[in-house]
Amino acid sequence: MSDVAEQTDAPADGPRHAHREPRHFVRMVVIWLVACAIAMPLFYFLVGPHVPPGVMTSTAEENQFDFNILMVLAIPVLFGVWIYIGYSLITWRGSKAADPVGGELARGHMGVQTGWIGITTVFVLGLAIFGTYALITTNGAGGGEGPNPVWTPTSAHVLPVQVIGQQWKFTYRYPTFGGFESSDLVLPVDTTIAFHVTSLDVIHSFWAYQLSIKADANPQVDNVAFTTTNHTGSVTVRCSELCGLWHGAMFDYGRVVSKNQFEAWATATRIATAANTKLLPPFALTYTPDANGAAGGYYPDNVDPYSPSEVYGAKQPAS
Amino acid sequence: MTISAEREREVAYPDPTPPSVGWFQGLPARPGWLSQHLGTAIIGAVLGYLLGHWLGNVVASGYTNVANSGVNAIANTGGIALGALGWLAGIGAINYPLAKIIGKEPAPEFETTSWSRYFRYTADHKVVGMQYVIGVLTFLFTAGLLAMAIRTELLSPSSHVFGPGTYISIVSEHGTMMMMMATSVVVGPLGNWLIPLMIGARRTAFPRVEAFSFWIFSAGYLTILTALPYGGFPTGWTGYAPLQTQAGGGMISYLAGFALIGLGMMAAGFNLGVTIINYRAPGMTWSRVPIFVWAILSTCALLTLATPTLVAAGLFGILDHTAQTAFFVTEHGGSSYLWQNLFWFFGHPEVYIMALPGFGIVAEILPVFTRKPLFAYKVAAAGMLGVALLSFFVWQHHLFQSGINPDMRPLFMLTTELISIPTGFIFLVGMGTLYKAKIRFEVPMLFALAVFFNFLIGGVTGVFLSDVPVNVTVHGSFFVLSHFHYTIMGGLIFAFFGGLYFWLPKMTGKTMNKKLGQIHFWFMFIFFNFTFFPMFLIGLLGQPRRVFEYAQNLQTLNDISSISAFILGASFLVFIANFVWSIFIKPTPSPANPWDSLGLEWQTANPVPYYNFERIPVVLNDPYHYSEHDAAAVADMGDPVLVGAVAPTGDGGGDTTGDDPVTPAE
Repeated sequence: MSDVAEQTDAPADGPRHAHREPRHFVRMVVIWLVACAIAMPLFYFLVGPHVPPGVMTSTAEENQFDFNILMVLAIPVLFGVWIYIGYSLITWRGSKAADPVGGELARGHMGVQTGWIGITTVFVLGLAIFGTYALITTNGAGGGEGPNPVWTPTSAHVLPVQVIGQQWKFTYRYPTFGGFESSDLVLPVDTTIAFHVTSLDVIHSFWAYQLSIKADANPQVDNVAFTTTNHTGSVTVRCSELCGLWHGAMFDYGRVVSKNQFEAWATATRIATAANTKLLPPFALTYTPDANGAAGGYYPDNVDPYSPSEVYGAKQPAS
Repeated sequence: MTISAEREREVAYPDPTPPSVGWFQGLPARPGWLSQHLGTAIIGAVLGYLLGHWLGNVVASGYTNVANSGVNAIANTGGIALGALGWLAGIGAINYPLAKIIGKEPAPEFETTSWSRYFRYTADHKVVGMQYVIGVLTFLFTAGLLAMAIRTELLSPSSHVFGPGTYISIVSEHGTMMMMMATSVVVGPLGNWLIPLMIGARRTAFPRVEAFSFWIFSAGYLTILTALPYGGFPTGWTGYAPLQTQAGGGMISYLAGFALIGLGMMAAGFNLGVTIINYRAPGMTWSRVPIFVWAILSTCALLTLATPTLVAAGLFGILDHTAQTAFFVTEHGGSSYLWQNLFWFFGHPEVYIMALPGFGIVAEILPVFTRKPLFAYKVAAAGMLGVALLSFFVWQHHLFQSGINPDMRPLFMLTTELISIPTGFIFLVGMGTLYKAKIRFEVPMLFALAVFFNFLIGGVTGVFLSDVPVNVTVHGSFFVLSHFHYTIMGGLIFAFFGGLYFWLPKMTGKTMNKKLGQIHFWFMFIFFNFTFFPMFLIGLLGQPRRVFEYAQNLQTLNDISSISAFILGASFLVFIANFVWSIFIKPTPSPANPWDSLGLEWQTANPVPYYNFERIPVVLNDPYHYSEHDAAAVADMGDPVLVGAVAPTGDGGGDTTGDDPVTPAE
């Protein structure tokens, strides 16, 4: 967009031609305007609603909107450059007989250069402000916000779900339901969720695609990400940080269900897994594996190797 | 091209014709095969490796962790370290410093004009440049073969050609080798070969440092290859800890290989940076240096300032593996974030180490084939320096979802988007130069134009990635992968091949076949886009990077990408055929200036004499006066006494070499 428009006053101090030169810039701008006028609404209204990650959650909706806005802004930039260069290549081809001298004498043009810098600067600052606004209003846009989130949801009821990454599986703990651990990710609809993502071994990344949640699972770090579920449905979870041999196979499926169904599932699972839960370490934001299993996620028998990471340098079990 | 004896006495300038054989003056000549060359380097490397490995086993094989794991990182490290040292000693890289250390006057390097000089440690920047050409192409094609293997595996979502461990090793090796290669792909071959010629110098500032940079670069290549017999490494090119800490012996090859390449990068950047600042010919003011020189200068700043972080991080990693330190082990007081920070603090400037030289090449090619001056030269130069500076302030955009410094995300989003302003200047330059041009569609020009197409897509998707909300969707997916292939391959590698087609006639004195060049270009351009454009969609649709299994519904897109990748790979065979045919089998001598360029590097004879210029040229103009029928000469290549009378005075022309016969007229 900026690329063409501002060049309408481009240098023209070359030799005057006998015949009147076509008004190249007017042509380019017209082609560009028409192309943009077609492509921008076409993308926004036809493609936009189908752009990943969909609209299952508040963050998904916002991130889809963000992507679409960026795409609508990118179209004029892409078209501007392509149309300008394409037009130039067709119009200003040199003759077959090599003419070693020629071309328009234009070493620079204050107006064009200043205009270019000015417009791109305003454009880029606008993007940064837009992105920052979107990041803050969505409480981190579904991205990992570290252990002390700067932007937190105002909702009074936030369901905490802990995501534990280990080679090569995600498991989920529900601290408000007695801290049971499940291989299934089940979430209630119309609820604000706080994912507490951590790892027992290497760095993983919890990518719940339809929820538009992505947070790295670091050992010893409680990485928090927020979203609010708006629709029920199925969720694909993939690890999006290379974590070793079976990284490619580290995926599972979750679901967003009605509140009643969730309540029923959680209560049933809590009872069914009660015996297992007793054997688990008490719920903590992070877990320290045994010293021998450092970075290996090793659970020894008969010792409680776990300590919350906030107590730095917590006692390690004898090994 | 011999300077007259009279003149030589007058200025005491070294004989520009090197001795054809002979160790050094005063000793009887001995046959070349008895002196140091690639063969002795290989012997040195093998002996060094065996010695280092044996020492490591003697020292550490009794340790519990070694006995339990079966991996002796100390032996690996010792083997690689002494192997690299043996390689350098074998080629003769440490003769000079060693002689200085023991207080002896070092013997001059063995110099020869025979073909064997390409296999030796040499002070001639043109030979080093050609060594780099072959070196980076070998690197590129090796890693390219691994890319073919990756795309073969991804032909099917669920049936496998490789096991998961082999696949991860291939991915890691491909990424690491390509990144290592890309750090030097332009600075090494074209930078070393062209910079002295472009600025009117007879040599670089530190020829031994320059030669060292190549030979340690090649040691890095061999080192990263040693990862394969050690079972590879599982971390990808980013080497994230704790996976790095967990990994076996191949990890040492990655860490040591990167450290070696890093030393080479620092050496190359230091040498060329100093050369550009201090060795410019009289009259070669900062406003007259070719734009490629500005690109290399800003790259050199990044090479020397950013790379030490990588070398330090590599050494920390080696210590974690060998001395059981815990730099990156969170449980023992280290931090996995430390590696990420160190790596990307180098890694993002590295991205621009790989972008800026490409811009330089493109901006150098455009004026020649549009017959126009470069548009907005000063903006372009300022933009390159601006990119170099800003590139130190964007690294945490790689860590938006990592949980590190979440409050800093708006800042890194801002700096990342700001860097697109100076980066975008290349489009201002390109589009301004195309305006009312007389465009010639020669092969180098095709590549230059392709850079604008590819890099635009790479750049625009980079802005998408810098936006944190969009980043949540695309981070760590094939979208990112496609983005950086569009910038590095679509930008840098296309520019590199454009540069090769443009300058090889000067570098080799032979003409490349135009038809084959065009075939290479069109196949490479079309199938590059067919390979990587689908990956944007694949990533958006949810396929993470570095996976060997993916969703069934993504197979069609993956297959389009894979098949295109095979054709893209095959297009390089056309280049190899062209290169071998045109340079070796049926060489056609090239005219001294086949493209009618005004660049100083084209004004010397073909082949370029040993000392580049018979007289140090006095530069009178910038090399972009393509529009003027009666343009003044770019430089006075003639007798310096006459030149002195008309040379511009007091305009800040660069110093020349200390032993330069020409004094700037001031």
